[in-house]
Amino acid sequence: MIAFWVLSVVLIASAVWTITAQKPVYSVVGLLANFAALAILYLTLSAEFLAVIQLIVYSGAILVLFVFVIALLSSGVAPFAAGPNRMPKAALPAVALVCVALGFVVFAVTRGEVAIPPPPAGSTSALGPVGTADVFGSVGDFGKALFTTYLLPFEVTALILMVAVVGVVLLSGTAPAKAPTRRRAAGVRRELREAVVRDGEDRR
Amino acid sequence: MDSALAVLNAAPLWLVVTIKSALLLLVVVTTFAYAMLAERKVMGWMQLRPGPNRVGPWGLMQPASDAAKLILKEDLTPSTADPLIYKLAPFISLLTAFSVYAIIPFGAGSQGTWAIGNVDAGILFLMAISSLGVYGISLGGWASGSKYPLLGSVRATAQMISYELAMSLSFIGVLILAGTTSLDGIVSAQARLWFCIPQAVGFVIYVITAVAETNRTPFDLVEAETELVGGFHTEYSGLRFGSFFIAEYVNMLTVSCIATLLFLGGWNAPFGLTMVPGVLWFVAKVATFMFFYIWLRATLPRLRYDRLMAFGWKVLLPVATLNLIVTAVVVAVRG
Repeated sequence: MIAFWVLSVVLIASAVWTITAQKPVYSVVGLLANFAALAILYLTLSAEFLAVIQLIVYSGAILVLFVFVIALLSSGVAPFAAGPNRMPKAALPAVALVCVALGFVVFAVTRGEVAIPPPPAGSTSALGPVGTADVFGSVGDFGKALFTTYLLPFEVTALILMVAVVGVVLLSGTAPAKAPTRRRAAGVRRELREAVVRDGEDRR
Repeated sequence: MDSALAVLNAAPLWLVVTIKSALLLLVVVTTFAYAMLAERKVMGWMQLRPGPNRVGPWGLMQPASDAAKLILKEDLTPSTADPLIYKLAPFISLLTAFSVYAIIPFGAGSQGTWAIGNVDAGILFLMAISSLGVYGISLGGWASGSKYPLLGSVRATAQMISYELAMSLSFIGVLILAGTTSLDGIVSAQARLWFCIPQAVGFVIYVITAVAETNRTPFDLVEAETELVGGFHTEYSGLRFGSFFIAEYVNMLTVSCIATLLFLGGWNAPFGLTMVPGVLWFVAKVATFMFFYIWLRATLPRLRYDRLMAFGWKVLLPVATLNLIVTAVVVAVRG
């Protein structure tokens, strides 16, 4: 419980820091702290595999690209100039509304009025300390669930990601120059020959 | 001995972990110091010169004098630097370099494995923590507020994320053969045959990517002194430079340990020579790998940057993928 409160404070503080920091790299550092705290929070919830993947995918790959782009784009270490305030006027009421809604969720969960869904039928995962093999949330358990019960959603997600990658390449990449076909090469040769002939006629 | 173990088992977990961590930290830092000395000595012999031989007998006190020098040097911060990140970056490097040792097992006894923590997702944990190591370099280079460190850190980031892919793929071949992600289980799976034989391709890929991940010659474009002065740590001095330096060598040690655990049988004795304790075999294998590193540095010239990237993406990644597919098919067919 102590771990939960400490991690929560770190999580929220780093998230606020990420949003309010003047320099983009500060935001990246805040996000890094956020991801690390989130990974530890997953560990306390006995989601070992999720914690590790959180670090590998988000901190190890995506955030590195952020740093890479910022380092490439921003010259020097000066803070970015603040742009026009594009926040709509409804921002404050919206925040209040979300806070109230979240408060209701927390209240309901602590009062025990919302039932936490039971594990799916056929699940044999036993509860146990984090870090031991074949308990709920371990690599083996997660893999089994992913490739048996949840195989279809998993494959569909993979397909969607693949489509996204292809889409990005299609939208952002420049079209390659058309490869010279035999017919076009013959056309170019003919044009050259005719040009030479014309040139000769002009000289005459 | 038994009573000492009983006392240890009765002690609270946090105390045991603290004591183990302190001991291990001491061992790793000492190993770093003498790995550095060994590198200078061996390189000296390879280049027909004696190497450091003034401080202490046979130069053995050289690491201590180097440490004193680094501590006493002035700690400079360029006026163009971003002070917060500039000071944070060396610590990120050190932290990620050392925290890997929380789960690396060094041997096995009747009381379980010799590791601070034995986690089931061991190899994934290693990948997760070592993938954070790039932040120290990239943030440090950016925060220096000067062009050569920035170039160095941009190179480092690109290089490390490119080679990390092939490295992870070479791990997965081992995982398929062992059928487990725990480092302990992977070593026990190699009791009869070390994985460097059935996973020969994976082993070669791992060795190449390991050198690239630790930014060592011939992949040390990050600190190419002929192009970038000192690379990402040009502006650093004193103990902050020392932190980067320690992190580099500790990372070398880490990848040597991983190579030993995944491909060279860990603490399993070769040819049935079990009268030598397993932990000595482990140390011997790690030392061999470290020597290989030094040997590479004394032998090979630096790659050109575009060649490096092309090699990573167009050669290593496809070969690693192919190796993975072949391994998976063979394991599936043989059941």
